Amino acid sequence: MNVHAPEHRYHTLVVTVENKSGVLARVASLFARRAFNIESLAVAPTDDEHMSRITVVVDLESAPLDQIIKQLDKLVNVVEIRELAPGQAVERELMLVTVTAEPDRRDEIVEYLDRAGGKVLSLGTDRMMLSLVGPPRRIDEFEDLLRPYGILELQRTGRVALASLDDALD
Amino acid sequence: MATEQMDGGRALIRALEAEGVDVMFGLPGGAILPVYDPVIDSSIRHVLVRHEQGAGHMAEGYAHATGRPGVAMVTSGPAATNIVTPLCDAYLDSVPMVVVTGQVPYAAIGTDAFQECDTTGITQSITKHNFLVTEAQDIPRTIKEAFHIATTGRPGPVLVDIPKDIVDPVNPRSAMTWTDDVEMDLPGYHPQTEVDEGLIAAAADLIRAAERPVLYVGGGILKARAAEALRALAELTGIGVVTTLMARGAFPDSHELCLGMPGMHGNYTAVTAMQESDLLITLGARFDDRVTGRLDGFAPEAKVIHVDIDPAELGKVRQPDVAIRGDVRVAIEALVAELSGNGTGDTDRSAWRSRISGWQERYPLAYEPWVPGEALKPQYVIERLRDATPDDTIVTSGVGQHQMWASQYWTFDHPYTWINSGGLGTMGFSIPAAIGAKVAFPDREVWAIDGDGCFQMTAQELVTATVENIPIKVALLNNSYLGMVRQWQEMFYDERYSEVFLSPDVPDFKMWAESMGCVGIRVDDPDEVDVAIAKANEVDDRPVVVDFRVAASEKVFPMVPSGATNSELLVPGFQEGQPR
Repeated sequence: MNVHAPEHRYHTLVVTVENKSGVLARVASLFARRAFNIESLAVAPTDDEHMSRITVVVDLESAPLDQIIKQLDKLVNVVEIRELAPGQAVERELMLVTVTAEPDRRDEIVEYLDRAGGKVLSLGTDRMMLSLVGPPRRIDEFEDLLRPYGILELQRTGRVALASLDDALD
Repeated sequence: MATEQMDGGRALIRALEAEGVDVMFGLPGGAILPVYDPVIDSSIRHVLVRHEQGAGHMAEGYAHATGRPGVAMVTSGPAATNIVTPLCDAYLDSVPMVVVTGQVPYAAIGTDAFQECDTTGITQSITKHNFLVTEAQDIPRTIKEAFHIATTGRPGPVLVDIPKDIVDPVNPRSAMTWTDDVEMDLPGYHPQTEVDEGLIAAAADLIRAAERPVLYVGGGILKARAAEALRALAELTGIGVVTTLMARGAFPDSHELCLGMPGMHGNYTAVTAMQESDLLITLGARFDDRVTGRLDGFAPEAKVIHVDIDPAELGKVRQPDVAIRGDVRVAIEALVAELSGNGTGDTDRSAWRSRISGWQERYPLAYEPWVPGEALKPQYVIERLRDATPDDTIVTSGVGQHQMWASQYWTFDHPYTWINSGGLGTMGFSIPAAIGAKVAFPDREVWAIDGDGCFQMTAQELVTATVENIPIKVALLNNSYLGMVRQWQEMFYDERYSEVFLSPDVPDFKMWAESMGCVGIRVDDPDEVDVAIAKANEVDDRPVVVDFRVAASEKVFPMVPSGATNSELLVPGFQEGQPR
């Protein structure tokens, strides 16, 4: 996964699907069958219990956006597709990370973390578990910042997104 | 509202009856057993096949011939996997079909139970949609949805997987309440048939201005019942028509505007007219690789109007100048109205017409005439059969050389008389497809034109045909080879023939046919051809197999070699060197 590639290569699709078993498999199978690449994927129920929302970041080097949208739309369980072009979306991702942190280095890590708006979730004798929510690029930057300390374990959620309102404060 | 208590199995059959199903093709087994009990009392004719693949292709043949959805029902596990090929075939050729498969009881799913497989998982990418029904009460609604999806928009196969417990009357989970009107629940399915008038006007402008236009029409014309509308458009504008392999019969071959079949084995005029065109009016066709040849050299000067009911086809292969989403019949009728109302323009196309007629004269479809001592010519067999059968004869074919010769040398003057496996290229398609078509039209002649390789894949369905009294006829073009592969090895692999020679005398097709209850006839010489066909035509109480022993060296021409552009079309040797 190359998270540092040019932003225009990736588009976010917010796909509303029927909340039925097997629907995620249908979407995944379509991407595999048509040789479309997925950069990131997040699935969760919506406020309507009959519907789920799949936020999928697609790699436009593998296929034209138009073709990806049209093929997705042919899936009977896909109810709506919204395309969020870069700059028109508020995107968020959550990272959990456990980093090596001897007592004498904790203060500087916490300082970085405060500046980024993250939280300390758990403390060990020589390590800390942190969480950070933010736009994917900021998560990338924070990950780079932590790397010299020694990342022991790291998990990211994949991004979720909504269309920007009139005044994006992002 | 009338309601009735019943079990899921009876409800399933009743739901099929409510959809107007008059025939289904299938084979029972453990998981689907409870559904076969109410079949005895149903108005639906059930044709018992000898292999589940046969059931699927029969349903396809029925659907191709009638336009109504074909229906097949088989059990779980190996039966479901055996019908995977027909599902994929129907998916690629947009054939409306509903397949019901049995499944192990719902509680046993995932336990690797006897004859369990993940049928919906396996068929996900080769069906338009599929369902795993988990409650008996959902059966009628699901069947209604399945038929709706299979037959609307771009047609296609739909599979309904039914766990045994919800149809088995001894299981309380099968109890349900039948109601006559169930509502579909398909919030994500909205096929669009209407077309944008502004785009129709834009398309009409391109047509008026075009100097070298070609109507490039595909199987969508037949699916949309648009053959008459197409003829009106062609005659109004005087533009020539190429009919793809899936569209043979959509425009009469005998019509003066018919240019024939395009593509890898298309005729010279159809291929070259598209290649030299400045406007391809693409109607229900999808720029298949067998039509375009090497894509970057395909019709380089042509603008493209593309009409398709499936928006994903628009721009998938070739970027259109005017893309029209909607039903192709609606679109053609709108185009005819626009061009009738506002005129067809005054572009002079006389030079283009004379170029076309020049190609037609110089490069007609042709083969080297037979000389005494040579084996029978397969093309000659098709010509004689064509001339000795009624105009509305339905022809099915398998896949390979015989398929191309049938498409080339038959004269298709009526829609829905040509049934073949175009997209998937399924060997063994012709016999079961012919059975399906004959069941739909028992009073019409149905000939399966087959090869000896294909025949050996599904021939056992001739037993079905005999036992069920479905008297199809089979013209077997037997050259003892996997002929198309042999042709490629001859032309592109230095005549190194790898694993293509079958056998000259095993099986004995005449005896095999007779053992299956058919009339078997063997033909070796040209002067026996007409006699054998006449004899076959006299039989109407059982299937007939005519084993025509044809020349193995005969090749299909013209031919665009794989990877070449359509400008590099190879014509038969005796036509070479003529001025193009």
